[in-house]
Amino acid sequence: MDLYEYQAKHLFGKHHVPVTPGEVCSTGPAAHSAARKIGSAVVVKAQVKVGGRGKAGGVKLADTPDDAQAKAEAILGMDIKGHTVHRVLVTEASDIAEEYYVSFLLDRTNRAFLAMASVAGGVDIEEVAATRPEDLAKIPVDALKGVDEAKAHEIVAAARFPEAIVDQVVAILVKLWIVMVEEDATLVEVNPLVLTPDGLVLALDGKVTLDDNAGYRHASHADFVDREGTDPIELRAKEFDLNYVKLQGEVGIIGNGAGLVMSTLDVVAYAGEEFGGIKPANFLDIGGGASASVMANGLDIVLNDPEVEAVFVNVFGGITSCDAVANGILQALEMLSANGAELTKPIVARIDGNNAIEGRKILTDAGHPLIEIVDTMDDAARRVAELAAARKAGK
Amino acid sequence: MAIWLDKNSRILVQGMTGGEGTKHTRRMVASGSQVVAGVTPGKAGQDVDGIPIYDSVQDAMAATGANVTVVFVPPRFAKAAVIEAIDARIELAVVITEGIPIHDTAQFFQYSQNSGATRLIGPNCPGIISPGQSNAGIIPSDITPPGRIGLVSKSGTLTYQMMYELRDFGFSTAVGIGGDPIIGTTHIDCLAAFEADPDTDAIVMIGEIGGDAEERAAAYIKDHVTKPVVGYVAGFTAPEGKTMGHAGAIVSGGSGTAAGKQEALEAVGVKVGKTPSATARLMREIMTKA
Repeated sequence: MDLYEYQAKHLFGKHHVPVTPGEVCSTGPAAHSAARKIGSAVVVKAQVKVGGRGKAGGVKLADTPDDAQAKAEAILGMDIKGHTVHRVLVTEASDIAEEYYVSFLLDRTNRAFLAMASVAGGVDIEEVAATRPEDLAKIPVDALKGVDEAKAHEIVAAARFPEAIVDQVVAILVKLWIVMVEEDATLVEVNPLVLTPDGLVLALDGKVTLDDNAGYRHASHADFVDREGTDPIELRAKEFDLNYVKLQGEVGIIGNGAGLVMSTLDVVAYAGEEFGGIKPANFLDIGGGASASVMANGLDIVLNDPEVEAVFVNVFGGITSCDAVANGILQALEMLSANGAELTKPIVARIDGNNAIEGRKILTDAGHPLIEIVDTMDDAARRVAELAAARKAGK
Repeated sequence: MAIWLDKNSRILVQGMTGGEGTKHTRRMVASGSQVVAGVTPGKAGQDVDGIPIYDSVQDAMAATGANVTVVFVPPRFAKAAVIEAIDARIELAVVITEGIPIHDTAQFFQYSQNSGATRLIGPNCPGIISPGQSNAGIIPSDITPPGRIGLVSKSGTLTYQMMYELRDFGFSTAVGIGGDPIIGTTHIDCLAAFEADPDTDAIVMIGEIGGDAEERAAAYIKDHVTKPVVGYVAGFTAPEGKTMGHAGAIVSGGSGTAAGKQEALEAVGVKVGKTPSATARLMREIMTKA
């Protein structure tokens, strides 16, 4: 889960990383009162999970509380690269002498962590990495040893921070590593880390990505879940504990196993090219077991997506045999009908693997008017794309 | 022969007394694997279908000569369980558990590297099977008979799908390496082992979005693999920044795309199928010619 700047800074503050005081606001009057409390010039910053907000006009300086309110009202509701601004962060405006960059991140390639630091901060760090790689220090971090003062000194030396602030930056790096480990983050980034004219080093911005797998040991992280920034169907799927991602398309997808479902999306998109660009409407993995109740929840979610014209159920019976999967599909439809759902969208089922013949026979014998059985994944994808295109054209 | 797992492998199961542990122990036994011990702290002296339970991996290895562990321990206890197995210097640890925090995995992976005694497979993987010989994990054993194709895949169900499509040829070993951002055994490790295995004639490699493992595997194939390799990559339609089921399956900052992986593989002469079935057809041509 990616965090907003204000959430990242909340975690920084919790672990004693120096940040400027500020308040998150969702209305103009709230920004007015926040600025009044701060009592000096403030910066009003759009809270969006996308880079380049400054260039897009999402960061404004305000001299007075009235000005802060006006700036906040201009920024709230703005669209920045497809992200609507629901909140602004009002913080004390800092005078800046220098801007730096520091981060810790998961290094998949080396199966460890990586520290990155540069005294050329405040700009697009990807550009520094691409055009002046010698100005971006990259230091591997051993997952067992972590970042202690000695390691932090190594990072600071590699990035050539000025002597006068070495101790401050070392202390900040050690604390940021504590954020990384204790909050189970996969990314902790400060850009810019600034030096004020009176010699203080502060985190002026913050970016943190949390590991979803570690949620069980951080009850408070549930508060970071961004409800208004999440698709409503995804939120509902989450309540059912389903692994669902909303996409833009017409074919609802249900399958078992992440790899097989990703593959199903691709195969449907290829097949859809023949039918005027029919695309998959979602990713939904109901897990290796593919039980009836999970299938019912999955069908419920997918059939209720107004964009969906037809559904493709693609299951490989490995651990669960295909006769159980077939019964699961029928029971799922019964459950939905019993709950008063009006079922009209066609469902193409491809079930293969253990007991495939018995499974298909169960579906054929049931003679459900909405279910069509196709033996192979490629043929089923073509058929479901065709059905979706026909229904779409009929509207 | 096969890679890493054969008829002489003696398997212990960490978490055997849990629901999944018991279910899959029975499946492994039914497929002919030698499952010799279970480990659940505090349950020494009990048994599952006559297989003795021990308190620790060390006790189980000393009593039974086990050399492979399959870990079904829940995420919050998984790191300790894997470190215990590494400390006992077991040869192979297959970590099935899904949902282990990445800091835990990074730590036990580093621990295994420091120890040098244990090969880790997984986590978040279906395990490894050498059909007709042994099965360590949850891959269904009745999909395919033994044969001469080697398979390495990040995905469980795509592994099963591919084994099923090519069941008339059979497989030497299939390894599900797992879909997490950090995994103990990579595509490259498997490619190297299959290249060296006299009973493997050709290799199917299944990848998916996220990371650069497939790109690095392509570079490895160019320099080190002489056997034919056929590839498949899932996730062409995955949007940027969304995790697609597997914790590691994410395109970020324009890197880790399926198109990039396909291009890297094709650039070194690996034929990449557009769908799983098309990939199986490519392998079929190779095996028929041979």
